[in-house]
Amino acid sequence: MDTQKQLDDFQKRIDNGETIEPKDWMPERYRKQLVRMMSQHAHSEIVGMLPEGNWITRAPSLKRKMVLLAKVQDEAGHGLYLYSGTETLGVRRKELIEDYIYGNAKYSSIFNYPTLTYADICVIGWLVDGAAIVNQTMLAKSSYGPYARANLRICKEESFHKKQGYEMLAKMASGTPDQKKMAQDAVNRWWWPTLMMFGPNDSDSPNSAELIKWGVKTKTNDELRQHFVDRSVMEAEAIGITLPDPDLTYNEETGHWDFGDIPWDEFWSVVKGDGPMNRERIKARRKAYEEGEWVRKAAKEYAHKKSLEKAS
Amino acid sequence: MSTFDTIPQTKKEIFTEILLRLADDRLILGHRLSEWAGHGPELEEDLALANIALDMIGHSSALYEYAAKLDNKPDEDHYAYFRDDIDFKNIALVELPKGDFAFTIARQFLFSSFSYFLYKDLTDTIDDEEFNGMLQKHFKEIKYHLRHSREWVLRLGDGTEESRRRIQHAFDELWMYTGEMFEMDKTFELATENRFYTDVLKWQIDWKEFINTTLEEATLIVPDYDQYMFTGARAGRHTEYLGFLLSQMQFLRRSYPDAEWK
Repeated sequence: MDTQKQLDDFQKRIDNGETIEPKDWMPERYRKQLVRMMSQHAHSEIVGMLPEGNWITRAPSLKRKMVLLAKVQDEAGHGLYLYSGTETLGVRRKELIEDYIYGNAKYSSIFNYPTLTYADICVIGWLVDGAAIVNQTMLAKSSYGPYARANLRICKEESFHKKQGYEMLAKMASGTPDQKKMAQDAVNRWWWPTLMMFGPNDSDSPNSAELIKWGVKTKTNDELRQHFVDRSVMEAEAIGITLPDPDLTYNEETGHWDFGDIPWDEFWSVVKGDGPMNRERIKARRKAYEEGEWVRKAAKEYAHKKSLEKAS
Repeated sequence: MSTFDTIPQTKKEIFTEILLRLADDRLILGHRLSEWAGHGPELEEDLALANIALDMIGHSSALYEYAAKLDNKPDEDHYAYFRDDIDFKNIALVELPKGDFAFTIARQFLFSSFSYFLYKDLTDTIDDEEFNGMLQKHFKEIKYHLRHSREWVLRLGDGTEESRRRIQHAFDELWMYTGEMFEMDKTFELATENRFYTDVLKWQIDWKEFINTTLEEATLIVPDYDQYMFTGARAGRHTEYLGFLLSQMQFLRRSYPDAEWK
């Protein structure tokens, strides 16, 4: 059991803005929350490769094909160092992976939606990565050193992805009638799920207060969401895209954009596994994992043989 | 004479043809590798295969861009998106479906080792500065592709019973598609005379030696070099797989050809 003195000292360090490193003492609950958050973040990067990978072979120009491949490659990289970061907390990558492909561990629900047209790829860059950046910019100041550093690095790459997605969407939105239709349709489908990415309203978010107290997060879900909405309204307007929310109005008093009710029923249903692509995503990851088993075994066996040869 | 057998006449035509042959090989293999994104056996391989795919598509794009300049075509996409399979000049080896990880690795090893010898020779041979500079840049990346696939050939060959069986099977299946790499047709001969290509038969024996050494180290059996070899893909006579690959790759661009997609 963590003693009160330990907890108080830990809280003092957090309040002083110190960074917690892997070898430092930390409350068991803090460790658990971080394992949960970091591994969910890692799983999201990996599952996120699927909806985007869906368009690599069909990308409409060599330039866009390379942009998309590089982006998917970056995501594998993010997954890799987030798993490594999580391993500093005493868990193994294998366990974490098996937790989400066979168990109940979560990943971002946004990836349970399908990418139907190429415009979806642009919108994922603009909105989904844009929302991720808002969240990760905050997490780059997280109290846990390895997680903060991972987010700092991820943010830099995500900003690039967002820029590329937004630019291409702008081209489509001012392109041929077919392109305009695809662009607007994609925004219509992705807008609400993107707002859900910030998590439930503060009043329904059981983890928030604790995470803020420990400096893992510094802003609430609703604060982050509002920041994202304010920014997106301007960005949408600049490229002639309409956000699918008739209630979106500027509030003179608060200086923010008010928005309509988020369909939370849909959110909870997707979180629980009933979304359009949940089963597909898990099936694809499970298939890759199981079909890769003989490869991982061979690599292990080979390394073992080589180490024996070296020793003798 | 069928259109397939048209032999380029002018220097410019010969040069363009070489650029397209090199580019098509790399685009199509890059495409096959890109199919792995998100489906690799481990995260490190998702990263590595996407990286190699990206390099290869990047190489093809640069080669197409140069060809477009010589050939007065709008851009690199013209070649990738607006030609049919009978106009693609890649060898059949690169268009075969990706198969399992062993198949992907064995093919990459065969292709990257050939590319290694080829680019090493070409960078010593090519007079055209822009082309040579491009090849030198790509050569650096090819060295990494070769190292990556060679290490995996060793791991899979000398790993478990299952991995040895799978990679041996892959080499056996792929062998009949290796002949095209060393075919010197009239176009290649003309290009060699003009210093746009090189006589690959000069170092075929060195390539074989390299393959034999690696396969033996991996405890694998080297298939028979004197077996039936597939031929004709460079002249547009492809396998049935290429058409499906292209229909996927080209559909969006061809459906909306007047739209801006870059």
